[in-house]
Amino acid sequence: MDAIKFVHEQLTQKKTFPDFKAGDNITVNYKIIEGVKERIQAFRGDVIQKKGHGETATFTVRKIASGIGVDRVFPFYSPNIDSIEVNKKGKVRRARIYYLRELKGKKARIKEKMILTGDAAK
Amino acid sequence: MKGILGKKVGMTSIFDQQGKQVACTVIEAGPCVVTQVKTVAIDGYNALQLGFDPKKEKSTTKPMKGHFAKASTAPLRKVVEFRDCELDKKLGETVTSEIFTEGEVVNVIGKTKGKGFQGVVKRHGFHGVGGRTHGQHDRNRAPGSLGGSSYPARVFKGMRMAGRMGGDRVKVQNLTVVKIFPEQNLIVVHGNVPGAKGSYLIIENAK
Repeated sequence: MDAIKFVHEQLTQKKTFPDFKAGDNITVNYKIIEGVKERIQAFRGDVIQKKGHGETATFTVRKIASGIGVDRVFPFYSPNIDSIEVNKKGKVRRARIYYLRELKGKKARIKEKMILTGDAAK
Repeated sequence: MKGILGKKVGMTSIFDQQGKQVACTVIEAGPCVVTQVKTVAIDGYNALQLGFDPKKEKSTTKPMKGHFAKASTAPLRKVVEFRDCELDKKLGETVTSEIFTEGEVVNVIGKTKGKGFQGVVKRHGFHGVGGRTHGQHDRNRAPGSLGGSSYPARVFKGMRMAGRMGGDRVKVQNLTVVKIFPEQNLIVVHGNVPGAKGSYLIIENAK
């Protein structure tokens, strides 16, 4: 197992990401390579799950694109992820909110988590 | 032909140049010791015998102790012969993972995981009966008919049936070497190789 750890230390780029979890609304800026050209495409949606651990961990983002639900799986350590932004913190009770796939319209909303900051936090 | 002995460490995935995630296997390859050099003059054919993975002196038989003493090496667990080996090594010399280069194509030989006594669905990919209805109730994974009745009045040889599965010697061909770490004796290859973690492997160059 240590040998696998060593291989990742050598071959996988170190990265830092903002802290997010299931229910949060995030934007993933993903590099698209077309021939020699490279451009950045944003994928904004709700995080459905975080899966795995270490260098092979992934997360799934779901959004509604022109009326059709789209789930997209991103590996955390993919070199094609340019940046991740957290737009909203969601208030959910599960670590994997698969039930969102069955919901439509108003039901498919996630309540925003209120976070106390400044003096109120004390 | 050139080759080396190794041990499967495990699988993981890494990102290639295009940023694509690819599955790969980490193999602890070598260092191996040349325990015997066979020549046409003495043995009738050319071969290099390599040993890998040291073991205790007390768990070695006397004849094998003598064999390893000739190569002046510690007793080794796995000893394998490589026919017509192109490596220019003498008795007692070590073979490391550096015989391969990154991007080279290799074949990996190993012993698959034993699956025990398995039915025809798992062992031969039969499709089973198909449904639970039409009067049948407990034959979902049965093989069905084994052949004709009055003619040929026997079951043909080689008819695929249930039995022991796994534990076979399997060669996986044309795996690309992604990375070599000579100091750690590690080789990373694309794709999967037979066997459980810690099982012995033979890595040879693909012809």
